[in-house]
Amino acid sequence: SSWWSHVEMGPPDPILGVTEAFKRDTNSKKMNLGVGAYRDDNGKPYVLNCVRKAEAVIASKKMDKEYLPIGGLADFTRASAELALGENSEAFKSGRYVTVQGISGTGSLRIGANFLQRFFKSSRDVYLPKPSWGNHTPIFRDAGLQLQAYRYYDPKTCSLDFSGAMDDISKIPEKSIILLHACAHNPTGVDPRQEQWKEMAAMVKKRNLLVYFDMAYQGFASGDINRDAWAVRYFIEQGINVILSQSYAKNMGLYGERAGAFTVICSDAEEAKRVESQLKILIRPMYSNPPLNGARIASIILNTPDLRKEWLVEVKSMADRIISMRTQLVSNLKKEGSSHNWQHITDQIGMFCFTGLKPEQVERLIKEFSIYMTKDGRISVAGVTSGNVGYLAHAIHQVTK
Amino acid sequence: MAASIFTAVPRAPPVAVFKLTADFREDGDARKVNLGVGAYRTDEGQPWVLPVVKKVEQMIANNNSLNHEYLPILGLPEFRANASRIALGDDSPAIKENRIGSVQSLGGTGALRIGAEFLRRWYNGNNNTATPVYISAPSWENHNSVFVDAGFKDIRTYHYWDAAKRGLDLQGLLDDMEKAPEFSIFILHACAHNPTGTDPTPDQWKQIAAVMKRRFLFPFFDSAYQGFASGSLDKDAWAVRYFVSEGFELFCAQSFSKNFGLYNERVGNLTVVGKDADNVQRVLSQMEKIVRTTWSNPPSQGARIVATTLSSPQLFAEWYDNVKTMADRVLLMRSELRSRLESLGTPGTWNHITEQIGMFSFTGLNPKQVEYMIKEKHIYLMASGRINMCGLTTKNLDYVAKSIHEAVTKIQ
Repeated sequence: SSWWSHVEMGPPDPILGVTEAFKRDTNSKKMNLGVGAYRDDNGKPYVLNCVRKAEAVIASKKMDKEYLPIGGLADFTRASAELALGENSEAFKSGRYVTVQGISGTGSLRIGANFLQRFFKSSRDVYLPKPSWGNHTPIFRDAGLQLQAYRYYDPKTCSLDFSGAMDDISKIPEKSIILLHACAHNPTGVDPRQEQWKEMAAMVKKRNLLVYFDMAYQGFASGDINRDAWAVRYFIEQGINVILSQSYAKNMGLYGERAGAFTVICSDAEEAKRVESQLKILIRPMYSNPPLNGARIASIILNTPDLRKEWLVEVKSMADRIISMRTQLVSNLKKEGSSHNWQHITDQIGMFCFTGLKPEQVERLIKEFSIYMTKDGRISVAGVTSGNVGYLAHAIHQVTK
Repeated sequence: MAASIFTAVPRAPPVAVFKLTADFREDGDARKVNLGVGAYRTDEGQPWVLPVVKKVEQMIANNNSLNHEYLPILGLPEFRANASRIALGDDSPAIKENRIGSVQSLGGTGALRIGAEFLRRWYNGNNNTATPVYISAPSWENHNSVFVDAGFKDIRTYHYWDAAKRGLDLQGLLDDMEKAPEFSIFILHACAHNPTGTDPTPDQWKQIAAVMKRRFLFPFFDSAYQGFASGSLDKDAWAVRYFVSEGFELFCAQSFSKNFGLYNERVGNLTVVGKDADNVQRVLSQMEKIVRTTWSNPPSQGARIVATTLSSPQLFAEWYDNVKTMADRVLLMRSELRSRLESLGTPGTWNHITEQIGMFSFTGLNPKQVEYMIKEKHIYLMASGRINMCGLTTKNLDYVAKSIHEAVTKIQ
């Protein structure tokens, strides 16, 4: 008999399941709107030009393959901090922060979660917005923390339930941990406006909460890296010492290279050194030290003025294409004669859109039109092209009229 | 302003082996030698990117059809299959019977961690925090941390290194296995034991396997030096394959850091051998969940290099040749160091230098002697007396041998 007879089959990943079914479908009109990766207007993966250029630089330099330090590539972590905080940030200039390289967004979130479990003794509770990225919950749980929620998305309006959020946040026990999506909320695409962020900052300060920002889409949301980092920077300016996870999967298209960073804003540089030493103690028994390739590509881009300029243009063009698909989807729905209010599609931002479609309607889209999305009605706008937006609008109209 | 939540965070001590290299770097003495961290060096004392790796990287760079999309959670399929095949052998019965699984991981460390996290959740019932985990005395110091952080509360050592006779304490090891609670987990070094360089002989492995089978002990192999130890992939995998042929279910954490020189790309693989395909499938499904909350999916660059190399007969042959180059240089340095110490008449016996295998050698130097080596001779080695043979070159052999001689004769 086997040691593993009692091991249960793990549940299938809901999002991967969508892609599996899509692959099996033979309909030539099929659309995969589950995928959380950018596609160009031909529906193809897009390797950024600045990435290709950075790779050419790397190839020409013939570098060795020696281990990185546990905390990662220094040029990368410094540039990452500067990108998030802004070059004029007092926290950045004073050095009262530590940034370590992480395995993209997930790995960075996990380092932070483990760090909190070990050193944040005030609370075991992490408050997530309702809904949040599906993987947030198991990440924090596996790290040994507990999950709570605050109201966020209003399904009636397909937008932010601001009063609900403020009400819930006002009741969070002091010194709990609250997770905020810096921009392009996943899965809803619903972000607070700047005045709303200001009120939220005042509230979390009043409740003395530890703020954990997840920023996976800087630049990718509005097309402007400073605008997308506004909330993070504002909170820090208000004296809130946040912790932050960054990903370069989407904004640099470095998905499989796993480039990311985890940052802790500290009281001073001395505290930052102590925190850094403990982060290394956490990282070493996980994977010893991080992979170089993605971080080096990102570092060369961020630290080479010409390549950085080119990157900003490219990330804006990705964001613009997404925004234009949103606009076209809404106008096509109007053309189809839909009487519903689809404004939320253009109000929402980033890769994802919470359409408001119900499970039965999603089922019909899959079965009758071969349009694949997750049951919650979330679509990846990245999967929409000028070639198929008309078909999508037609199908949505058919199941909602 | 409220006091920081991190006010009480203490400064952690630096990881010893990296501190050693940091100190080495700062040392201005021209004679300095770094015999610390475990990475291969050429006879010029330089890192070595394998020629086959350079070639394959160029192929990858020139291939415009490749992109940077996410790999599946368990990793690149061609990498996983080839990596496990390397460990288990082309004609492995387990592969033929379709009862193996693989998880691409972030280096050997990542493979160990995924395996440890899985065992803590699913081995022998659903909560294994109290299941004893046995690690050799001594072992790679990170083994302990991996299993502690994975949630195991009862971590023990098993006898391994006999300091008096400078060899394997087989009887002590077997005794520990006899006394271990049934179902305990044992971390075994597949070859080139780190830090001692002392491996069981095939006959001794057979004895170890017999006890483990009788007492239902779980074998978790750490294989970081396959090919690098003897120059032969098959020879270095003998122990793992023997256990498989004896019908064991086991884990094998593989690293391609040393044998491919891909240190910073973090290329590793966790090979799972089970009783049948169904069991392995369920195990992988649960490992997938663990991976998803740790790093989501693994980095693609290193896996592509290894997969491309292993699946091409020509590139595989070139790689094998590169590996043999490294293994042969290490063997040469061993014999050269030993002969110098014997010529100098350095007190003690030095045959262990050539009898040990792999990157490391447990010289037998005590902490005071080690301190002398570092402070007076600017030769950096671990406090345990462990040296990295790769740090030796034809240029520094004489100086190192003389320094060891001095340390042994001057310091007790």
